[in-house]
Amino acid sequence: MMQFFQNLGADTRTSFTKLGRGTYFLLSTLAGIASILPRPRLLMNQLYSVGVLSFLIITISGLFVGMLLGLQGFYILSDFGAEESLGVMVSASLVRELGPVVTALLFAGRAGSALTAEIGLMKATEQLSGMEMMAVDPIRRIITPRFLAGFISMPLLAALFSAVGIIGGQLVGSGLLGVDDGSYWSQMQTQIDFYDDILNGVIKSVIFGFVTSWIALFEGYDAIPTSEGVSRATTRTVVNSAFSILILDFILTALMFGDK
Amino acid sequence: MQHTATQDTLVGLFVAAGIAGLFFLALQVSNLSSFGQQDTYTVTARFESSGGLKIKSAVSAAGVKIGKVTNISFDTKTYQAVVSMAIDAKYNTLPDDTTASIFTAGLLGEQYVNLDAGGSDTVLKNGSQIDITQSAIILEKIIGQFLFKSAEEKAQGDKK
Repeated sequence: MMQFFQNLGADTRTSFTKLGRGTYFLLSTLAGIASILPRPRLLMNQLYSVGVLSFLIITISGLFVGMLLGLQGFYILSDFGAEESLGVMVSASLVRELGPVVTALLFAGRAGSALTAEIGLMKATEQLSGMEMMAVDPIRRIITPRFLAGFISMPLLAALFSAVGIIGGQLVGSGLLGVDDGSYWSQMQTQIDFYDDILNGVIKSVIFGFVTSWIALFEGYDAIPTSEGVSRATTRTVVNSAFSILILDFILTALMFGDK
Repeated sequence: MQHTATQDTLVGLFVAAGIAGLFFLALQVSNLSSFGQQDTYTVTARFESSGGLKIKSAVSAAGVKIGKVTNISFDTKTYQAVVSMAIDAKYNTLPDDTTASIFTAGLLGEQYVNLDAGGSDTVLKNGSQIDITQSAIILEKIIGQFLFKSAEEKAQGDKK
């Protein structure tokens, strides 16, 4: 029995210390932003590996999710004779929920895991300590550009995902199933509000980008510097990001769309 | 990094594509392009029943959307629904004897306010009130009347 309480106490203490280390890590990352601005090349390299390399998976997934929504939505809506509302259904679900959430999940899997593995390996091979020896702050030199790149890329990728998805829904809806092209767009335009729907979706994706980049970089930086430790850290990145994204999404949705 | 120029181009293309996606969402998908920060003027109308009218419902004249409903409130003195509408400032020649009626787009569609222009020489201005109104048609009432009527006819038929 005493053992149980001892374990519980130890677990609580470790999780709080980890939270504290994570917050300290985040603050020093944010403090490094000012020193990045005069050296945009560091940021460009990371934008390439985080953003550009995720471009393909995001657009292709977006296209297929949109086409799927078009197909499924058509079958459901045609039961009620409301096929004309297909555009509203596809765009509302993409812009409000699926765009930010699926993009963030893919982003955590594609870019987040890569970031953790990269930083963890840097730590395991003592590159980070080497930098410290040379009086180069590894947080400013390595972490901050990656964090900024993730933070910038996420909303762009989410917007692309939604846009490509809506076009995919239109391809299936009006190209394949014969929904009127004009009503697909016009019903969408009357029902989707710029501030309530699109801006809230963008805010969501910004928050998800912040959280996934933070988790990925911190797990890498905090990894046990062995091959096993790095592999565990990579797994934790994907699992923790997925949890945080889905839980945050529920909270954000309740806050943003709760009063309707 | 060796191929800095290629990398820069790719990053540039990526950022441009992302921003293009945002613009696409803003202009093509949402209602930002049709009714953004344009000038509007507000008129009110009193209805016996506002039916399923909602804030942001369309206000149209001759089938063309010219504005939207901005507020619906209940007048505790006259027991009527007071509907405020923001109408696009470029449609400023509506006569003050215009009729406002609440219609439904299709059988199950959204309700909207339809304005039928009258013949008066004076026009509606900001803060004007539309006096001639026609309330929302409540489907349940009509179905009730119809059933009542057909039952009555049947009863008469049975008598004969």
